[in-house]
Amino acid sequence: MKKLTFAFASALLFALGLVVSGMTQPAKVIGFLNLGGLQQGVSWTAQAGFWDPSLAFVMGGAMMITLVAFAITPNRNKKPWVATGFSLPTRSDIDAKLIAGAMLFGIGWALAGYCPGPALASVFTGGLDAITFVVAMGVGMWVAKRGVK
Amino acid sequence: MLQTFLQPLIGGLLIGLASWLLLASLGRVAGISGITAAVIAPNKEEANDTAWRLVFVLGLVIGGLIAFQYVNVPSQAARPTWVLIVAGLVVGFGTVLGSGCTSGHGVCGLGRRSIRSLVATCTFMAAGFVTVFVINAITGKAML
Repeated sequence: MKKLTFAFASALLFALGLVVSGMTQPAKVIGFLNLGGLQQGVSWTAQAGFWDPSLAFVMGGAMMITLVAFAITPNRNKKPWVATGFSLPTRSDIDAKLIAGAMLFGIGWALAGYCPGPALASVFTGGLDAITFVVAMGVGMWVAKRGVK
Repeated sequence: MLQTFLQPLIGGLLIGLASWLLLASLGRVAGISGITAAVIAPNKEEANDTAWRLVFVLGLVIGGLIAFQYVNVPSQAARPTWVLIVAGLVVGFGTVLGSGCTSGHGVCGLGRRSIRSLVATCTFMAAGFVTVFVINAITGKAML
């Protein structure tokens, strides 16, 4: 039960961060990916045709914390608060699946302006757009997991 | 609200803190695509431990709803339904194939100083830049 409480609290905070940061607004994500918009100038309000630098600050802010977190928290001599041990990714190889998967993800991300987290956080508030995207994403995940992995 | 770098920065800090909370409490990486895919189609290993993942996904959905009540969010962008379907399919398929998305590879992977995640992050960023560039070139106007 404690485990579920912490998982829920973490997710609530994550979703708050996504909404505050602007990443649940597809126009801001696509505005960041529109590097060509620099010719027109910079816009912090996702004005069409301009470049929106917001996402760089979101990543920067998040990384300022996670660089510290992953440097000090995982420790062989200590356990997490409510688990028997740390279960962190162990792979370090760079293979074709990693590159192909990241490319596909990048294309879809740019097309919709949603990545998985913001799409889930928008299920109740992003209208039919967010729901459509999330359902399709679930189908894509199922196919990949059952077919490829 | 502040329409400057401050709001994205504060949001980013919150995302980082949320990731730290999951790491310190459950000892896990907050990789949203991995967590979601494990709920939808768990493998043998994941099947024994789905409850916290399901709760995490529900937390994101509910947290988004709550946060929207307090943060002024401008209206959504318009794009055709078929584009959203194609985008969702390739995001779902691609994040499973590539073992992560903006949270797992970006926020957590870069925080772990993983070269694999750095390569993935640079790849999906580049693919995103090229996609918007190509669409703008084809349609002759900015996407949104």
